[in-house]
Amino acid sequence: MSALLAIEELSLVFRTRHGTVRALEDVSLTVDRGEIVGVVGESGSGKSVMAYAALGLQDAAAQVLGGRILFGGLDMLNAAPDVLAATRGREVAMIFQSPRTALNPIRKVGQQIADVLLEHTTFRGAALRAQVIEALSRVRIPDPERRAEAYPFELSGGMCQRVMIAMALACSPALLIADEPTTGLDVTTQAVIMDLVREMSRTSRMSTLLITHDLGLAGEYCDRIAVMHAGHIVEIAPTVELLARPAHPYTRQLLASTPTPRTTIADLVSIPGQLPDLRQELPACRFSARCERHIPLCDERPLPWTVVAPGHAVRCRVPL
Amino acid sequence: MNTPRLEARHLTKRYPVGGRKGSLLHAVDDVDLVIQPGECVGLVGESGCGKSTLARLLARLIDPSEGTIHLDGHDTTALSQAAFVKSPDRARIQVVFQDPTESLNPSFRVYRSISDPITRLLGVEDTGELFDRVHRAADLVGLPRELIQRYPHQLSGGQRARVGIARAIAVEPSLLILDEPTSALDVSVQAVILRLLADLRERLGMSYLFVSHDLNVVRLLCTRIVVMYLGRVVEVAPTEQLFTAPRHPYTQALVAAIPDPARRDEQRPRLDGSPRSPIDPDPNTCRFHGRCPIGAERCTQEAPVLRTMGDDHVAACHFA
Ligand SMILES: Nc1ncnc2c1ncn2[C@@H]1O[C@H](COP(=O)(O)OP(=O)(O)O)[C@@H](O)[C@H]1O
Ligand SMILES: Nc1ncnc2c1ncn2[C@@H]1O[C@H](COP(=O)(O)OP(=O)(O)O)[C@@H](O)[C@H]1O
Ligand code: SF4
Ligand SMILES: [Mg+2]
Ligand SMILES: [Mg+2]
Repeated sequence: MSALLAIEELSLVFRTRHGTVRALEDVSLTVDRGEIVGVVGESGSGKSVMAYAALGLQDAAAQVLGGRILFGGLDMLNAAPDVLAATRGREVAMIFQSPRTALNPIRKVGQQIADVLLEHTTFRGAALRAQVIEALSRVRIPDPERRAEAYPFELSGGMCQRVMIAMALACSPALLIADEPTTGLDVTTQAVIMDLVREMSRTSRMSTLLITHDLGLAGEYCDRIAVMHAGHIVEIAPTVELLARPAHPYTRQLLASTPTPRTTIADLVSIPGQLPDLRQELPACRFSARCERHIPLCDERPLPWTVVAPGHAVRCRVPL
Repeated sequence: MNTPRLEARHLTKRYPVGGRKGSLLHAVDDVDLVIQPGECVGLVGESGCGKSTLARLLARLIDPSEGTIHLDGHDTTALSQAAFVKSPDRARIQVVFQDPTESLNPSFRVYRSISDPITRLLGVEDTGELFDRVHRAADLVGLPRELIQRYPHQLSGGQRARVGIARAIAVEPSLLILDEPTSALDVSVQAVILRLLADLRERLGMSYLFVSHDLNVVRLLCTRIVVMYLGRVVEVAPTEQLFTAPRHPYTQALVAAIPDPARRDEQRPRLDGSPRSPIDPDPNTCRFHGRCPIGAERCTQEAPVLRTMGDDHVAACHFA
């Protein structure tokens, strides 16, 4: 069985005036059909860089040092630009954190959804219009006929985000990449949107890569979770397993610092230190300077993966 | 009966709406709020419901349209805002804002950011005393002394948050208003700041009004929670009761929307749509009507007022 999206041993750096930023090192991750995979970690850990790379989108300063990205068999790092663009629009959709910057401010939101459908489907005329309204009501925008005629500035942030999502889902993409899709939205709106994403993955077998800093959110909606730290994936496991039996010391600390409906202030633990500077020489385990379990063996390369349970792998010499 | 630390009655703030003569935006509408000495009260509600406006009113950063505020028994609304700035009560209430990058002057070193309010509000000019007070505040928030000569851009997010808090507590307020103090921080840093706030309250005996959109965070520090919706208080209850037995349909939706891995596959009630306009709301209609899952005819004929639901628990819904 092959995954819809496979990121294989991807290493990526940014060449900047201030040095080489080792943003991703040896990152591997797969997303199967209908699966929701979460990527969690502190800000600066490389979640967004990985999401963009998965789409074959990179900053001019980015350089891939090694690895592959396969989407439905297509080699995203070496495909022709027109093939990539067509794939991205039709089969992969992305939701960014700030919807207002992603929407065209001087075009009605209904027209913007129609544009996407015109490009990628055969709907025209009344059928096209019906599809636009259908797309808006699917994300539970009240009064979609009227909302279709609105400009982005006439809508609240939460509404814009739903329009973005309506647009992303309009062509029934095979893969949705959502980078902090609900950060900054009210929890009530977040819940509606995430329910919809889950429903799409169950009913249309849409695959989702959900990037979030919120472990609680990932814990509720994802089938599997990958934990990132300083450009490494340090642990990956089915959600329930990861939350119940974290094996990497970083995962355990991340869990202990995240308030849940059952946490008390005395339970709340912080993670010592901070992310290492990715422009400096980095040790084999990039968590070692913050880790209380560190032993000399941790500094030996390469740092191997250990499988601690079916589907549960950890990149640590001294797992919990 | 002790004098409450803070007692606000009928507090109201309306803004004229540009271009619509006579129209008013009801940002905060007829709010009563009492905070006891040493008490920590949480304030929650979706964005735009009036939390920051209420915080600014209480701190007398803006003038109310109507209503009174007593701080430790003194009527702070008896003075104009300009006169209040010069009054001794000004130091008793301090606000910590969400983004310390915005509230700290980028051209001031940490020392000046902390010493400025001490001079301005307490009239301390003596360099020796000022030095002592700045260092005492820095020590209290765990800010290393070597950082005191730095500029804000040379600090991490967590360090800037500490400066924001040091600056507020340096003038020994009796009430600290915290407006989303940790929402720009990573969870690991948030954990440190929350523990610091809990510890400071115990040591200095301050009262807190803790504004946040994250109910898991509010729960950790507060013993009582106030829920706002479109400018009005719709429910007030002791923390555990608010989470386990919310009475207002909005609070019920809010609590149900908290992401929780422990409730992964539970169907929970969701809130559709967006709030009504805060401009010229109908005084005889419940503000939640139209979005409310109950919404009966009575709700459009008579606006519900806060009614007692039990010990220390009130809610404003005809059907609560
Ligand atoms: N265009 C770029 N040039 C240089 N460094 C970059 C660029 N984009 C991202 N980075 C760096 O890569 C690292 C990972 O960033 P990012 O993926 O945005 O983190 P996250 O999304 O997890 O918060 C950070 O250290 C960031 O500064
Ligand atoms: N200075 C102002 N002038 C006009 N309207 C304002 C002003 N400040 C806030 N508002 C409006 O008052 C309402 C409450 O805003 P705010 O108190 O910032 O909400 P919250 O902090 O809960 O997100 C919003 O509708 C907002 O647009
Ligand atoms: S009064 Fe009516 S509309 Fe308002 S919250 Fe209660 S049931 Fe809903
Ligand atoms: Mg990011
Ligand atoms: Mg606010």
